[in-house]
Amino acid sequence: MSADLAIETHNLGRIYTIRNRRERRIRKEVVALRDVNLQIPRGELFGLLGPNGAGKTTLIKILTTLLAPTTGWARVAGFDVVREPQKIRPRINMVSGGEASGYGLLTVRENLWMFAQFYGLPSREANRRIEELLRRIGLADRIHTKSSDLSTGLRQKMNIVRGFLTDPEILFLDEPTLGLDVNAARDVRRFIREWLDAHPDRTVLLTTHYMVEADELCDRVAIISQGRVLACDSPEALKRRLQRDALFDIEITAPNGLTSAMLEALPGVRKAVLTDDDGGARLNLILAADSALPGVIHVLTERAVQVRHLTKREPTLEDVFVELVGRPLAEEEGSDEQ
Amino acid sequence: MSSEARPFFAPVPKASGWRLFLKTVVARAYPRVIGQQRERSWLFFDVFLSILAVSAYVFVYRAIGAPEEYVGFVVVGGAMTAFWLNVLWSMSSQLYWEKESGNLALYIMAPNSMMAILLGMAVGGIVATALRAAAILLVGSLIFHVQYAVGSLPALAAVFLLTLAALYGLGMMSASLFLLWGREAWHLANLAQEPIYLLSGFYFPVKNLGFWVAVAASIIPLTLGLDAMRQLLFPSGAALGFLTVPVEVAVLAVLCVLFLVAARWLLGYMERMAIREGRLLESRR
Repeated sequence: MSADLAIETHNLGRIYTIRNRRERRIRKEVVALRDVNLQIPRGELFGLLGPNGAGKTTLIKILTTLLAPTTGWARVAGFDVVREPQKIRPRINMVSGGEASGYGLLTVRENLWMFAQFYGLPSREANRRIEELLRRIGLADRIHTKSSDLSTGLRQKMNIVRGFLTDPEILFLDEPTLGLDVNAARDVRRFIREWLDAHPDRTVLLTTHYMVEADELCDRVAIISQGRVLACDSPEALKRRLQRDALFDIEITAPNGLTSAMLEALPGVRKAVLTDDDGGARLNLILAADSALPGVIHVLTERAVQVRHLTKREPTLEDVFVELVGRPLAEEEGSDEQ
Repeated sequence: MSSEARPFFAPVPKASGWRLFLKTVVARAYPRVIGQQRERSWLFFDVFLSILAVSAYVFVYRAIGAPEEYVGFVVVGGAMTAFWLNVLWSMSSQLYWEKESGNLALYIMAPNSMMAILLGMAVGGIVATALRAAAILLVGSLIFHVQYAVGSLPALAAVFLLTLAALYGLGMMSASLFLLWGREAWHLANLAQEPIYLLSGFYFPVKNLGFWVAVAASIIPLTLGLDAMRQLLFPSGAALGFLTVPVEVAVLAVLCVLFLVAARWLLGYMERMAIREGRLLESRR
């Protein structure tokens, strides 16, 4: 392994076995990860993008030494996650979205101080860092507030500070903005970016199912679905894959029996995604060329579907995801894009 | 490089080895000690309700004309119930609750020792509970005019500390067991609460249970600890005692070592199983 790699995995896989409790027989096997090969250099903000159940959290658990892989191997900071967890743990930290860690009776400062002690940080330095990080993330005025009195967003900011407090070489952020409002999510993203700018030798592995977050923050993104990495590149390079295609968003009236399959059967239509919209429907099209559009309009007209609005646009990560996975992320998640 | 792009803070040397162990113990003890100051409901639930339970036994003993030492036995037993409840609800069940809140994964992932985490819980629990126990002892002794005749204060203090060491060793050991048993932990704690009041002789000399039942009950350190403390606190304590104080101290010392070694082994087993199977760290939130 190169010394410049913060994280490296080779054919990494994880199968969960669910046993019959009484008979101890294996009832079911669930493949959470299969043949994951990643090489993440130091200093990179690497994103794992995928829907719930894609295997993102399983991968993070393996890399943070909390779960053993069933196949393959993984190294973090140059150390094997199975054989050398004690060498990895002082070098990493992790923050998960929606976590309720710490103790509600303690103040923000006390909770953060406690976790800093578990990493051996001197008390005075811990308190200095707590003040500095709280100031930067916009939580300084809540330093003496009991964490049970914090809102979800403020509590998550406290958790984010906990992760950065120990100045980890590699930080794992598992859906760090999950459930946050737009402003709080933006604050967290800005904070992460600032920290990386100020500490260019540090590495962040971030999982998210928010396309905007991956696009805005990450140097490289791996798109993961059903335990497999389908593509891995910079957001720009991933989007460039679709730049030779023509992308259209069409707002229509009620579909009148129109389906995505009907449109995908047309020549030149690479992908068609039909979703319900307020009082009508939205049609996202990936076409091989502009010349395929009249065929689509013809089918719409045949079904008496009226076009309300038509836009040609640049590709987004969402389009890349649809192209690779075959369905939009929002279809599985609900519409929670930030 | 702009001023904002300067590092947030410079790297500093971090504690490792025994210094990290001690820092972890202190840090994990902190929420227990400070939590008690901020949640004053214990004054009602842990002192007033305990005094009520003690009162019932005192009135029964006085009604039947039992020796006055029995009133002292009940008050001391009532004070020690605070430690049993703390071990049961805040030690044995604690790793299970830590898992549910997401703390357990962070504890395992940190470079500290999980034994230090458990020891911190125990130290914090002892400090916090000692205040409750002292309050019960003081209020009970004043209300019921308990007279003590302490022969040797150092011996009494040694027995008390050894009892707590063995008792919290049991709590540290059962913390991993309760975690492995999962959702049944709540029922197990409920199940263990009242029978131990009876078996450990919280409100009467354990000798009255008969030799073999008392021997079986001695696996709970409070049984012999209470018996030894009563022998050292009351003039007729020795006559009502189960075994001699030196024998009880020796058994307590063995239990202490046994429970701490078992706690360490079970913690290692729990951690290995959690990492292998991936289920123990899953919270149900």
